Amino acid sequence: MAKDGPTSLERFINGILPENPVYRQLLGMCPTLAVTNGVAQALTMSSAVLFVLFCANVIVSLIRGLLKPHLRILVFTLTIATFVTIADRFLAAYLYDMSKALGPYIPLIIVNCVIICRCEVCASKQSVVTAGSDAIGQSIGFALALLSIASVREILGSGTWLGMQVMPEDFVTWVVMILPPGAFITLGFLLGGANWIGDAWVKLTGKAAKG
Amino acid sequence: MKNNYLVQAWLVLTLALCFGAALAGVEAALGGKITENKLNETIGQIPSLVPGSTGGQKQQVDDKTIYRAVDADGKTVGWVIPASGQGFADKIEVIVGLDAEAGTITGMYVLDQKETPGLGDNIRKDDWRKQFAGKATVSSLEVVKSDASEGNQIAAVTGATISSNSVCDIVNTTVADFREKLAALVTE
Repeated sequence: MAKDGPTSLERFINGILPENPVYRQLLGMCPTLAVTNGVAQALTMSSAVLFVLFCANVIVSLIRGLLKPHLRILVFTLTIATFVTIADRFLAAYLYDMSKALGPYIPLIIVNCVIICRCEVCASKQSVVTAGSDAIGQSIGFALALLSIASVREILGSGTWLGMQVMPEDFVTWVVMILPPGAFITLGFLLGGANWIGDAWVKLTGKAAKG
Repeated sequence: MKNNYLVQAWLVLTLALCFGAALAGVEAALGGKITENKLNETIGQIPSLVPGSTGGQKQQVDDKTIYRAVDADGKTVGWVIPASGQGFADKIEVIVGLDAEAGTITGMYVLDQKETPGLGDNIRKDDWRKQFAGKATVSSLEVVKSDASEGNQIAAVTGATISSNSVCDIVNTTVADFREKLAALVTE
């Protein structure tokens, strides 16, 4: 394995747009579809993912010299599960209402592929600083994706944004946007849009897509 | 020795022990607060479920824990009963408020539910819940899809008839179970 992969700064920037976990890597689809019916839920989920990903990346990076190839996935899962449980208990203790609203989706962060992917791709091969900035970059990218989908769904489906009324009072809400089909429809359109912009950028500059 | 399972797995075992200890610490630190949150939610709802009450005291009726809602002078003004039943997706947990003679429902609150977000979970909304207040307990409640006009009718949540039916069934069963027992308790 090459010791010198992308630098800390490259890792950080890549996570936000060029390698956005949702729009570019198509990872973490379960929370992307399930908790984006409101902006508040999307924010809580993003924060929980930031916490888990950052802690898991740092721990894995610290012990990367001790990892054995055939046991590495086991170690990743163990680490991730620990921090997910901490996040879940913390929400139940201090953000009880939000913990009730998110239900099973917080424990399900354990199987969020974004996190195990970052442990495998970055943290198990690079230094703690790089792993940490990679975690923050990827989490910001994940948060941006979740917030963009949640904004569309909440505005059209409930007429509100983060609980505040933004559409006219007589706006007929699109119930389907709150339901699972709304998640797929929104994700499809936004993903298409992201690809279209990427292609347009390549044509314009003649370079590989950066946004 | 190199192929010994324990030698290979020492990192996993050590980590499991460390993480296990860390989680035990987290649970010890937060567990009490989490249980307290649930209990507080039940007790905190008592004044809004039973008009005139300021708090509640635990009471055993048969083998169930219910709450006696009391006013500032300690006089019994109603009852709050935790109940649960099968909803559309998973178990629904509610608390039902009754007046002192258990003749009228004074309120209903949803403690825990996993109904469809955006549809079924509207059973938590005040607008829907307030329909239960003031219903007589002699006749059981009935869910209707249009406007509720009769005294014992509850208008279903739009797009969530099954969730609405579940809540009404839970309330009906609870009322049927406790109505006479509570009326007898209060006259004692």
